[in-house]
Amino acid sequence: MLQTLESRGAPKAASSFPAQYLQAYRFMLLARVLDDKMAGLYRAGKIQGGVFLGRGQEALSVAMGLALRPGDVFAPLIRDGAGRLAFGEPVLDWVRTYLGSALGPMRGRDGNVHRGRPRQGLLPMISHLGAMISVVNGALMARRFKKIEGCVGAASVGDGATSTGSFHEALNQAAVERLPLVLLVANNQYAYSTPNSRQFACKDLMDKAIGYGIPAQRVDGTDLEDCLRVLSAATAQARAGGGPQMVVGRLLRLGGHGEHDPAHYIDAQLKKSPLGRDCLKVAEERLLREGWADAEAMRALRQQIVQEVAEAVATVQREPAPDPYKENWCALSSRHLIDVFEVPSLTPSP
Amino acid sequence: MSITYLEAIREAQAKALADDPRVFIYGQDVGAFGGAFKATKQLAQEFPGRVLDAPISEDAMVGAAIGAAIEGMRPIIEMQYADFSTPGFNQIINQAATLFWRTQVPCPITIRLPSGGTSGAGPFHSQSMESLYAHYPGLIVMTPATVEDAYSMLLEAVAIDDPVIFCEHKRLYYHLKAAALPTEAMPVGKARIARAGRDLTIVAYSAMLQDALAAAEELAAEGLEIEVVDLRTVKPLDTDTVMASVARTGRLLCVGEAFPWGGVTAEVLARVATEGFGLLDAPPQRLNARDTPIPYHPNLWLVHRPTAQSVCAAARKLLEM
Repeated sequence: MLQTLESRGAPKAASSFPAQYLQAYRFMLLARVLDDKMAGLYRAGKIQGGVFLGRGQEALSVAMGLALRPGDVFAPLIRDGAGRLAFGEPVLDWVRTYLGSALGPMRGRDGNVHRGRPRQGLLPMISHLGAMISVVNGALMARRFKKIEGCVGAASVGDGATSTGSFHEALNQAAVERLPLVLLVANNQYAYSTPNSRQFACKDLMDKAIGYGIPAQRVDGTDLEDCLRVLSAATAQARAGGGPQMVVGRLLRLGGHGEHDPAHYIDAQLKKSPLGRDCLKVAEERLLREGWADAEAMRALRQQIVQEVAEAVATVQREPAPDPYKENWCALSSRHLIDVFEVPSLTPSP
Repeated sequence: MSITYLEAIREAQAKALADDPRVFIYGQDVGAFGGAFKATKQLAQEFPGRVLDAPISEDAMVGAAIGAAIEGMRPIIEMQYADFSTPGFNQIINQAATLFWRTQVPCPITIRLPSGGTSGAGPFHSQSMESLYAHYPGLIVMTPATVEDAYSMLLEAVAIDDPVIFCEHKRLYYHLKAAALPTEAMPVGKARIARAGRDLTIVAYSAMLQDALAAAEELAAEGLEIEVVDLRTVKPLDTDTVMASVARTGRLLCVGEAFPWGGVTAEVLARVATEGFGLLDAPPQRLNARDTPIPYHPNLWLVHRPTAQSVCAAARKLLEM
């Protein structure tokens, strides 16, 4: 299962819709089990820094990841575990970055959701999430310079990022350059604790697209089928030369901003509303109802995934942590240009 | 036949575009118009599709350059004025400067900042930003003071695998001339002894080098031998060359056009004071602009920033200590 971005060559679109649905569900479940494991490790004090979960956003996220192909570019948001897995991020990258393994892609230099493999098209976010969109634009401009056709770039942001200047600049830029960008807004109703009512005043975030001259579509983020259909269509449109596409998913964040946040502020009415449905449960019920999988197969799948996650965590827990003495304290690729003046007290001490 | 500092910048970009298909230029009005200062004159015509006008979106300009660099391109971003790089500051310091450290993927972008004051330009078209960018790990900051360096260092900037902030001084654009483009250059990161002397060291960079040299000339008439060091790059800062000069003269005056709080001149003094205290015969001194926004009117502007006259005055005072 530990597929890598490089080995993910074959077209992964499952043949039939039920098979595709089941494939998406599998990534969603894997992401949920990984999330639960990270939350447990956090509570046990085994994780340095924060833990940010994708509970309730897996359907939207996985649909984005599945719409992409090798050679595409993906800048995920902090709740895109399912989409990352579907795009081909190895489970070990996830676990290693959270546990600070020296063998992970970030080697202890960055943590948790700030992981990626830029050379394979998976961009590691900075915390100013809106700033990632124009980086995707630039990657797509480079493809155009190199005359590489048929690729798309996807950037995921939340409702909060739509208020940033970077979001505006990047969407306008993508429209001016007519880039194959898919901009996915996961409106989970809260940016940390700030509700939509204090975030924006337009009726619908879709309205923002009009100002940039790009099309937008709405999707029910709690319904996997809707997510798969809309994201696949929008991505195909961008891939075919239709210019930037915006998709706004409506859903509810089923937890805090991070595991440190009890999220008492989330409106109880919202939780009870259709928006508050757990997309994973909805998908599970659908699978059983349609007879695409039986209860026994579902149990076996969960067991297999729990086992896979437990093995990954056990593996990483035996891996070395970064060593401050062996660390290459050089922020430049051009080592000969490092500023050599160093205050002696800044060298690592035991 | 002579070539100006601005023409050297234009020629360096033309050569970079001609020599390397990975290079492209992106900035406001850089296309058919040729740039606000004409630093990209005729380049869009000579290199179709590779010199692109950008919307007024410095954040997205730099973000796109980073994305393109990840994909193997070598973008040159022209900020219309150094002052306008502030909306792109986040992308520069948090995205470009951290990329290699975080991922081991280099970020070879060059960001040109038309810097420094000119008469009548006012608070938002006159700033010197080198200290802000030099503060951040992961960036190289160049401050060419000569036509030759403007040309060769810009070519180096494009070739370097790391983000380079290229601070080109607008006051030098038209009046600083050389006989021809250089055929060889000093290595990047090495300071240059622009004038040898033994009584006092003036460390300067960018346009302040010209004022420092003028001051040294004036003081020479009084029999004083001033050594002038041109830093060339402020990051990396060639501490060795500065220290060796101070070892010869025993006196240090560092001159910069930026605001006085912190910055390059303070860094130079801190390094000499901490590592070369024993070399000093007098307290090290520095001279910067005043701690106010940069004024518009020439009467005010001329006394806001250091000039050859104020450098002379500061040097005389230091020589009396």
